[in-house]
Amino acid sequence: MNKILINIFLLFLPFMLFSQTTFTGMLMDKNNPKDNLGVEGATVHWLGTNVSAVTNKKGWFVIAYKPEYKKLVINYLGFRTDTITIKSLKPIHHFLTTESELEEVTLRSRRKATQKSFFATTNVFTVNSDELLKAACCNLAESFETNPSIDVSFSDALTGTKQIQMLGLTSPYLLISQENIPSVRGASQVFGLTFTPGTWVESIQITKGAGSVVNGFESISGQINAELVKPFSDNKFFFNAYSSLNGRLELNTHFNERVSDKWQTGLYVHGNYRGEKFDRNKDNFLDAPLANQINVMNRWQFTDAEKGWVSFINIRFLTDEKQTGEINFNPDTDKGTTNAWGSEIDTKRFETSAKLGYVFPELPFQSIGFQMAYSNHQQDSYFGLNVYDIQHQSVYSNIIFNSIIGDTRNKFKTGINFTYDKFEELVNTLDFSREENAFGAFFEYAFDNLDNFSLTAGLRVDTHNLLGTFVTPRLHLRYAPWEKGVIRASVGRGKRSANIFAENQQLFASSRQINIDDVGGNIYGLNPEIAWNYGVSYLQKFNLFEKKGDITFDFYQTSFQNQVIVDWENPQEISFYDLDGKSIANSFQVEVNYSLAKNLNLRTAYKYFDISTDFKSGNLQKPMQPENRFFANLSYETELQENNGQWKFDVTFNNIGKQRLPSTASNPVQYQLSEYSDPYQLLNSQITKVFSSKFEMYIGAENLTNVQQKNPILASDAPFGVNFDSTIIYSPIFGRAVYAGLRYKIK
Amino acid sequence: MKKIVFIFSLLMIGFSTQSQEVKKNKNAKISFEVDGICGMCKKRIETAALKSKGVKFAIWSVKTHQLNLIMDERKTDVATIQGNILKVGHDVIGFDDKKLEATPEAYSTVHPCCKYRDEEIILDHEGDLKKQKKKTK
Repeated sequence: MNKILINIFLLFLPFMLFSQTTFTGMLMDKNNPKDNLGVEGATVHWLGTNVSAVTNKKGWFVIAYKPEYKKLVINYLGFRTDTITIKSLKPIHHFLTTESELEEVTLRSRRKATQKSFFATTNVFTVNSDELLKAACCNLAESFETNPSIDVSFSDALTGTKQIQMLGLTSPYLLISQENIPSVRGASQVFGLTFTPGTWVESIQITKGAGSVVNGFESISGQINAELVKPFSDNKFFFNAYSSLNGRLELNTHFNERVSDKWQTGLYVHGNYRGEKFDRNKDNFLDAPLANQINVMNRWQFTDAEKGWVSFINIRFLTDEKQTGEINFNPDTDKGTTNAWGSEIDTKRFETSAKLGYVFPELPFQSIGFQMAYSNHQQDSYFGLNVYDIQHQSVYSNIIFNSIIGDTRNKFKTGINFTYDKFEELVNTLDFSREENAFGAFFEYAFDNLDNFSLTAGLRVDTHNLLGTFVTPRLHLRYAPWEKGVIRASVGRGKRSANIFAENQQLFASSRQINIDDVGGNIYGLNPEIAWNYGVSYLQKFNLFEKKGDITFDFYQTSFQNQVIVDWENPQEISFYDLDGKSIANSFQVEVNYSLAKNLNLRTAYKYFDISTDFKSGNLQKPMQPENRFFANLSYETELQENNGQWKFDVTFNNIGKQRLPSTASNPVQYQLSEYSDPYQLLNSQITKVFSSKFEMYIGAENLTNVQQKNPILASDAPFGVNFDSTIIYSPIFGRAVYAGLRYKIK
Repeated sequence: MKKIVFIFSLLMIGFSTQSQEVKKNKNAKISFEVDGICGMCKKRIETAALKSKGVKFAIWSVKTHQLNLIMDERKTDVATIQGNILKVGHDVIGFDDKKLEATPEAYSTVHPCCKYRDEEIILDHEGDLKKQKKKTK
C-alpha cells in the first residue's frame, strides 16, 4: 500500500512542480473572436530575460515561471507587440490586435476635447469629436460654437448662413481646407461650410496666423483644416436624427465596410429639410429660409502597411435648395415680378479627390504624397429682381516629398503644385467670367532641437496668370523658455484674388447699386489682395489648487498692402475699390482653460479687436465688428458607468460689445440706424444623455435669452423701393431655438 | 610544380576573401532595449540617440522599452550610441542580453519622476498608463 502511495506521489510530483513553476495562457486573434481562434506560432517571453515559449495549434503556451518575472511580452508577425503585467498565476486569455502602422501614427490619447498644442511650431489647436458633440453642430459652419478663437455671426437677414471669422477677418482671408485640399473658396465661399455635415468631421485643426506654404499662397489670417471620418476608423453604422422647434430636420447615416484586407469603403448620406414658415419679428419676411439638402459622399481607403502605400479616393455630390423672402412669396407665380419679394438659391456641387501616399519602407521618415482634386460648383440664384449665377470648376494637384537632412531633427517638405479655376459668373446682365491657373513650387524646412526650440521656415514661388509671379514666405518659431511655458511667433505673406460677388452675396438682397472702381486690374478690374500677417503668442500651463489649467495670450496683426475694399458706407450703394492708404487688423486675445473640479472644465476668453481701414470717406473701424468680446464655456460630465452611460452638460455664454454700423444717415428717418449697436449677451446650452456606447440623446437651446435684432430688414415694407437693405446684421435674427436629437452607432 | 601552384592559389583565395569588406549600410535598422518609464524618458532617450552623429531616426516605446534606430553604419556604431544613452542615465540591454548600467552620476541626472530603477515609481507610472489606455478607447 505504502509503495503504491509513494508511486502515486512520485507520479504527481512532477505535475505539482510543473504547475508551480510554469505559467500558461491562450492567445487569440481579435479579428476572429467568434471562432475563438487561437493564434499558433506566437512567441512569448518574459521582459528582460530570454525565457520564452511558442503557442501551439490551439493558441496555448506554457512558459517557465519565477516570481521575479513580472512582464510578459507577446510577439507575432503582423500583430502589435503587447506587454502584459502578470500578477497571478491564473491562465490568461489575450487578444492580439493587427499591426497597423498608420493607426499608431494617427491615433493619439486625447485628454481634452480641444487640444492646445504644446509642441507644434505653429499656433495650432485641434478640435476633436468630443468638442464637436458639445453643441448641436449640424454642419461645419456650426462647429465653432464652443471655441473662442473663431467668431460666428450671421451674414444677412435672409439666408440664415453662419459666417466665421478669425482674428477679426472674414472667411475669405482664411484657407479652409478639407484633408489639406483647399475646399471652401471661390463660388463656395459663403455657403461652403454648410455643405459639410457635422457628423462627417472627425477633427478640425485651426491655425492662427500665416499657415504653411505646403497648402498654397492664399491664406492670410489663418487656416482651418477639417479631417473627415475615415472608413477604417469610423463606426460600422452610424445614425443621427436632429429636430428643432424652428422647423429644421436633419438626418445622417454612415455605413462603413471592409471590402478586402486592404480596401475599406464608407458611404455617408445627409439630408436636411425645413418646410415651416416663421416670421416671429413680424416684418413680413421669413426669419429662416425654407431649405432642403441631400449630400452624399463615398470614400475608399486603401492601406498596405507592409509596402507603405496609403490611398484615399472620395466622391461627393450635393444638391441644396433654399427659398427665402416675404412669407407670401410663391416662386411659381412671383419670381421675376414685383408681386412679392423672394429669393431662391439652388446649388449643385460635385467633387472628387484622390490622395496617394507612399512611405519608404526602410526609411520611415521619408515619404511622398500626391493629391488631386476636381470640383464643379454651380449656383443659380435670384434675390428679388437681382440675378446671380455662378459656376466654378476647380482643379487642384499637389506633389509633396518629405524627408530629413541628417536626422529627424531637421525635416523638410518640398513639392510642386498646380491649380486651375474657371469661373462663369453672371451678375444681372453682366458677364464676369474668367479663368485662373497657377503653377508653384515650395520648400519648407523644419528644425526641432527636441528640447526647447523649433522653427518652420517655408518659401514658395508661384506663377499665376492673373496675380503674376510672386514669392510667399512663411516663418514660425517656437521657444519654451521654462517648464510649461511656450512662446510662438509667426510672420507670413498671403496673396489672393477677391471674388467680390461670391464673397459678398448678401448685397443682392438689397437695393444697393453696385460700383466697381475699375483700375484696369485683372480681377473684376481690381488688383489682387496682398497682406502680411505677424503674430506672437504665449502659452503657460499651470497648476492651481492641484487642478490643471492653461492661459494663452495672443496678439496678431494683419497689414494689407492691397485690399479690395467693400464699402457699405453709402446706404444706396456698395462700392468695390482698391485700398489707397492703410488697412490694419489688430486682434488681441486672452484665453484661460481650467479644470474647476473633476470632469468640470471652464474655458473663458476675452478678445479685443481694432480693425481700421482707409475708406474713401476716411479712416473708419470695420463695420459690424464688435470691439470687445467675452466668451465663457462650462462643461461637465458625470462618471462613466458600467454600461458606458453618462450625462454631459454644456453651457456657453458670449458677451458681444458695441459694433459700428455702416452709415445710414442719408436714408429717410424711419430707415436710419444709430451709429453703434448696443452690446448684448447670448447663452447656449446642451444636455446629452449617453445611454450606452451605442446610443445617446441630446436636447439643447441656442439663444436661450431670446436676443433678437429689431427690424433686421430696412424698408421691409417696400422691398422693391430704393431703401431695401437686409445686410446690416449685428445680432441674431431668429431668437430662441430649442432642439433635440439622437445618435446611434455600431462599431 | 602543379602542386605548388595549386597550394599557392588556395592561399591566395584565402587572402582575397579576407580583403573583401562587408559593405556598410547607410540606413541600418538596429533595435535594442533601453530601460525607462515614461514620456520624459522617451524624449531623453530619443534625443540622446539622435544627437549621436549618424543616427537618422530613433523611436523608443514606453510599453516595450524597445529602441528602434536607423543609423548610418559608415558614420558611427552601436557601441557609441549606447554610450551616449548611458551617459544621460538610461540602462541599456545589449545584443548579448548583457545589461549595461548607467553610472550612478548619470542616473542621478534623471528627473525624480523618471527613476526607472525604483519599484514604487514603476507602479506609479503603471496607473498612468492604464488611465491613458482608458482615454484612448
